[in-house]
Amino acid sequence: MSGMETTGTPSSVAPGTAADSAGAAAQHAQLKKVKKQKVLLMGKSGSGKSSMRSIIFSNYLARDTRRLGATIDIDLSHVKFLGNLTLNLWDCGGQEAFMENYLSQQRAYVFSNVGVLIYVFDIESRDVERDLATYVNIISALVQYSREAKVFVLIHKMDLVQPITREDVFDHRAALVRRKTAEAVAIMHKAKPELLLPQQPQQQSQQLSPAAPDLDIDLQLFATSIWDQSLYKAWASIIHDLVPNLAVIETQLASLGVAIDADEILLFERTSFLVVSRWTSREGDRNPYGDRFERMSNILKSWKHTCSKYTGTPRNAEQFSDFEYKMGSTFSMFATKFTTNTYILVCMPPGEARFNSAKLNVAAARPWFKFLDGPVVAGTALPGTGTTAAAGGGSTGGMGSSQMLVGTPGYGGEPGVGQPDS
Amino acid sequence: MASASTEDGDTSADTTSVSLRPRPIRYISPAALNLHRVYEQNRQRLQKKDGAKVPDPMAPQTKGKPRLLLMGQRRSGKSSISSVVFHKLPPSETLFLESTARIQKDSLNSFMEFQVWDFPGQIDIFDNPNVTFDMDAIFGEIGALIWVIDAQDDYLEAVCRLNSTILHLQRSYPHINIEVFIHKVDGLSDDYRLDIQRDVTIRIQDELSDQGIENAPVNFHLTSIYNHSIFEAFSKVIQKLIPRLGQLEAMLTNLCRTCRFEKAYLFDVNTKIYIATDSTPEDMASYEICSDYVDVIIDFTEVYGSWPRTQQWRDRLEGEPWAQPLEDQVACEWAESGMVLADARRPIMLREVDRFLALVAIMKEGSYEKMPQINMNVDVVVKGLTEFFEITKPKEMLGRPGTSAAVDDGRVVSPGLVRG
Repeated sequence: MSGMETTGTPSSVAPGTAADSAGAAAQHAQLKKVKKQKVLLMGKSGSGKSSMRSIIFSNYLARDTRRLGATIDIDLSHVKFLGNLTLNLWDCGGQEAFMENYLSQQRAYVFSNVGVLIYVFDIESRDVERDLATYVNIISALVQYSREAKVFVLIHKMDLVQPITREDVFDHRAALVRRKTAEAVAIMHKAKPELLLPQQPQQQSQQLSPAAPDLDIDLQLFATSIWDQSLYKAWASIIHDLVPNLAVIETQLASLGVAIDADEILLFERTSFLVVSRWTSREGDRNPYGDRFERMSNILKSWKHTCSKYTGTPRNAEQFSDFEYKMGSTFSMFATKFTTNTYILVCMPPGEARFNSAKLNVAAARPWFKFLDGPVVAGTALPGTGTTAAAGGGSTGGMGSSQMLVGTPGYGGEPGVGQPDS
Repeated sequence: MASASTEDGDTSADTTSVSLRPRPIRYISPAALNLHRVYEQNRQRLQKKDGAKVPDPMAPQTKGKPRLLLMGQRRSGKSSISSVVFHKLPPSETLFLESTARIQKDSLNSFMEFQVWDFPGQIDIFDNPNVTFDMDAIFGEIGALIWVIDAQDDYLEAVCRLNSTILHLQRSYPHINIEVFIHKVDGLSDDYRLDIQRDVTIRIQDELSDQGIENAPVNFHLTSIYNHSIFEAFSKVIQKLIPRLGQLEAMLTNLCRTCRFEKAYLFDVNTKIYIATDSTPEDMASYEICSDYVDVIIDFTEVYGSWPRTQQWRDRLEGEPWAQPLEDQVACEWAESGMVLADARRPIMLREVDRFLALVAIMKEGSYEKMPQINMNVDVVVKGLTEFFEITKPKEMLGRPGTSAAVDDGRVVSPGLVRG
């Protein structure tokens, strides 16, 4: 509990302390920098770019994406994520004609200031050589205009590959893409070193050693399919790098986890149900299901669909507020609405008292995570939080030290006398 | 039907069972005793009705399990149905199923043991010059015959064969439930579906009344493996096999009244078939949400509940601040869960009854605060349900402990039936 108070959260910052305020200022600067991220979504036509976008951000079902038409030119959308991050998602049509256009007339417009490039390969595509050629061109343009962009390559439609051969096929394709990327970067360096220089002065040192260009580009590869959770895995890691204040979220989540004695905590974004952050105890780490995070996203998201069908509310609306599950003496868990933009899922060891006090404590910890809820809190960070801290700190402090470990006597097991409605 | 089929069929055993019945159930409540008496009566009645039938020649391991026969023309989707419902195959993958060449017998060890026989469609078992089938072996102790008709295809021939099948069966086995699945309706418009159903119904009933058969037990269901309709149809079929379903429903209805539930289902967890619900009108939407809830729970259980924790972890949890064994720290040893839907704060609850069954209910708005009391009521009902299944299922053990036949039967039947 005491560890939690000193983690440098906005709520517990003492305004006078120099070190703390410096840290917060740095945080503030970081916040501003990454506020609007330009995300390019590219790939050959028909490879599933818009389908992915619709599933992740617009709550489409996989089978509904069949109805999507071809994207014409660039489809711009602003996706709000966690309140303080806006993704400028550029969904680029994949026909040859458009591609030519991006690479020629619109080159500077499309490829400058890119934060992330997501490039989608269709695994079923017949003309792999040509796909790769286009990819190389795109990468060259990216290297030219946005040196620091992160590149995610999704090998998509993996559901069409036989399950047994999936891994081999992916490895093979991944190696190919890596090689091509390295080649593209190397060619760029040789062909137009002068282009790179003004943007990246420190490039000079790298140019001297011939091996350096390979390491230049930040590239991650994923095998995906809209029919299973692999899509959530890829997008969770794309999003993960963009979230501001990630370190703060992680430390706070960890101290919450330790305080309530949880085995695992997952923090989900509200509409997309992507895992923003997670914390796992030593015991929880022994869980053999390594894919459980994206699996949870998938499960909860399809549950949301069922609910929206049942209640008749729109898919993007909030569908459930509270969930608890106690499985005898094996484990217990609850998922609940946490802040305005997040859900939290806590997996606990069994025990009524422990469970109930954890629920109360998670509710009490809400003010610590207020900064997830948008630029209002984050922007006015330092002066504004004085008041929220007082309110939040008061309640958490009271709950924390005195009651946290003892636990309130479980009201779930309380002997109530039958028949509430007689 | 189910109960009758599990008997040997000689009446002498019955009289002994009546005289010996009270002995093993001495300690149960009067209500349970009554339930057992009613059940026993019902069984005898059924026995008499089917008494004329020859004892079946089946091998002992397949004996005594109600059987669902899946029949229909080739490519009508029988194997897809059985793999989606009983083996959890995703519907999209049923495209790759091989054509069934011989009778596929599946034995399902679920809340009640039953078998699913999947027939090859291309063979007409009544009219085959090469092979003669042993009719008694096939239809002797059948629970229900499910006939699958492909609604997206020309169904006249299928209806013809169905008619001749019904006529054959009506002669020797008049009590067989015939369930007609008008299948693959997912691609059809609502109007067209109803037209087909009407057309098929009329054709079959006309044919039957021409042959002088009235009131043959034929039921119709519109099904598709791409939504919940196939599970719902199977639920209806299975419910007919459950002895004393009325009692179960009464229990659930009572629970709904006292706890302000909108709808309650008793689910078989493995297949998502519901074996009973309360008496409020059927409603597809609540079935869907409840069965998806079961799915959510199963997934969570698999991820977080299926691996063993270390002893250290356990020791720490049983250690100082609590100082109690883990088993004593929990209120209920079975799984229980609740979720509040955001609109109108309507909760859904789930409670495991035993290894195979779970009670799922949708509650009325705002009753989440009364959860502890509701839990107590649910506990009572769950106890009642457990008792119910103890009485209705292993009746060989309860009924005839003295006779030698009972010992045999007990050995064969009991391991699966007795609650784990």
